[in-house]
Amino acid sequence: MNIDILAQYLFSGLIYGSIYAVIALGFNIVYNATGIINFAQGEFVMLGGLLTHSFSAVLPLPLAILTAVAITAAVGGLLELVFIRNIGKLIRGKGSVSGGSGGGVMQLTIMTIGLSIGLREIALKIWGEQVQTVAFFSGTESSSLSIGGAHFSPQLLWIMGAAALIFLLLTGFFKYTLSGQAMRACSASRTGSRICGIKAEAMVTFSFILAAAIGAAAGAVTAPLTQTHYAIGTGLAIKGFTVAVFGGLGNSGAAVASGFILGIIESFSIIIFPEAFKDVVSIVLLLAVLFARPSGLFGSREAGRLKEF
Amino acid sequence: MSVFHVPCPKVLRAALIFTALALSTQVFAATIKIGAIFAVTGPAAYLGAPEEKTAKLFVENLNKAGGVNGSKIELIIKDSGGSAEKALSFAKQLVDENEVVAIIGPTTSGESMAIREYCNTAKVPLVSCAAAETIVVPVLPFVFKTPQKDSYVAKWAFQTMKDSGITKLAVVASNTGFGSGGKAQLEKYAPEFGITVVLSEQYDPAATDLSSLLTKVKASGAQALINWSIEPAQSIIAKNMKQIDLNIPLYQSHGFGNIKYVEAAGPAAEGIIFPCGRLLVADLLPASDPQKKLLQKYNADYKAAYGEDASTFGGHAYDAILILTTAIAQAKSTDPEKIASAIGKIKNLPGTAGVFNMSDTDHNGLGMDSISMLTVKNGKFALYVKK
Repeated sequence: MNIDILAQYLFSGLIYGSIYAVIALGFNIVYNATGIINFAQGEFVMLGGLLTHSFSAVLPLPLAILTAVAITAAVGGLLELVFIRNIGKLIRGKGSVSGGSGGGVMQLTIMTIGLSIGLREIALKIWGEQVQTVAFFSGTESSSLSIGGAHFSPQLLWIMGAAALIFLLLTGFFKYTLSGQAMRACSASRTGSRICGIKAEAMVTFSFILAAAIGAAAGAVTAPLTQTHYAIGTGLAIKGFTVAVFGGLGNSGAAVASGFILGIIESFSIIIFPEAFKDVVSIVLLLAVLFARPSGLFGSREAGRLKEF
Repeated sequence: MSVFHVPCPKVLRAALIFTALALSTQVFAATIKIGAIFAVTGPAAYLGAPEEKTAKLFVENLNKAGGVNGSKIELIIKDSGGSAEKALSFAKQLVDENEVVAIIGPTTSGESMAIREYCNTAKVPLVSCAAAETIVVPVLPFVFKTPQKDSYVAKWAFQTMKDSGITKLAVVASNTGFGSGGKAQLEKYAPEFGITVVLSEQYDPAATDLSSLLTKVKASGAQALINWSIEPAQSIIAKNMKQIDLNIPLYQSHGFGNIKYVEAAGPAAEGIIFPCGRLLVADLLPASDPQKKLLQKYNADYKAAYGEDASTFGGHAYDAILILTTAIAQAKSTDPEKIASAIGKIKNLPGTAGVFNMSDTDHNGLGMDSISMLTVKNGKFALYVKK
């Protein structure tokens, strides 16, 4: 095994890692605001890719991506308003003490599974079952850059850049803006934040809009490599969810770091194990981490205990 | 009160109704009922959906042209969703309730194997649209199939590799029935052509990037790579190979016969070599080719009716109904036994998959020449010519 091949495995791992990281980021926002695991997150990624594909036929690529992100964000907000907010109320009944979306976390999480199936069916009706593509941001399908004997697609740099940008914006938003802090307050205690005058329901809607926008951006930036079709969301969401839990739910930095860790480990595991065992490797690692640290690799134990999960 | 204010005596009205009834029963009695079982939905929908569309279009055109032996064809289509159990219960329903004279389909090999014995015992001719050789081996008097045998496809690929001096091959396949079956065929026939399989791996059909698997291929020292799958991974592999600078010839299975995958891989698809029927290169065939006219017409009709390109899979349904209606015309009868015996006697019948020559020992009727090696040139399918 020469050094070039090892470097190649490393860069393949970086590609997996960058895709996982950028998708895992979207899971954290809804979780932070509501405690819900939004299983429709993968469908936001799918919508981002497919809408970019469609709009890039009539608009320049940057505009197509922006339009795709805006539409997906609107879809995310709408889903929250129509389903999570109203049906959530029905489930909990009027006498609920906690109010807002905080009551039936489990019911609402399951509702997101339903929403994900619905979105997938709608996408199937609009785009059909055929695979669709988005043009590479720079170069073509066969472009390749090389560093120290390893070769990789220039799209890797775009995905890493997007992950870094989203991570920085999110961290800044949650730490330094009033809305971000309000969202974190909702997550810690809905009743408490409401007493302080925070509009909890608006925060939840906003979290869905933000998560959908981030998912769509992830879909647009990864689509040149992964290609896209109506059913791609499920697989990506499972991976993104694994990564988010692995690192510790609710923590953007952990999502990015654990995305790269899992991606690189998976890539190197292929030297020893067959390709078909790649997912087994990451699931076994996830289980090991959850046994040792139930709050995830980088998650704080205290924060973990506060959550309803 | 008549709506049109035309005086209409009761007698006349009765006479009209009677005539209409008489006409409709006459038309009804004269139709020939053919059953069809296709996986229109479910995991094999990309095969079953074009099959259903093709069969409908074929019957529509045939009926417009006067039908068979002066009778119209009535096609009764059942969607099995790719399930073998459903295929069997639909087969029973078609025979017992609908009283069809013959059945075309099912789409997949698993479904075809599930209803093979039943159709033979019930003495209803079955023309399957699935690939596995075991559907017609051993031969059953009432069971036939239209797609080329899967072993032909593997042998063609190996012959081309041998001619190019390739001795070390890496095999990757998707983790599905199609992928596993292809992988087994490849491993079985490689030694016959003096080729060593240095690496054989399967991957998740939903894979979105396979660069680390291809790094393993790079490290294995293989002189060529063959990928056996029907999923979008076919384009992903082509792209990943260029991206990690793995410069060996890429062979694919006949599953690559969908121009969408070429489009998805862009310039990375150039030079991919794969064995396939001639449908995809109909326009490039010499005028003397017996299939050329039929293939061009099928391509044009399908595109006009459905706005999408025809696929080899839809072609299998075309062949099934073509063989069946030809046999009915030749038997001049709708008696299932006479139809089955007429199918067994079909000779020199050009279809989409090749020229059919049925016999008592061969219920597929296609030779090795029904497969051609194709390649991708300037973003289009082309006949492969050895450099």
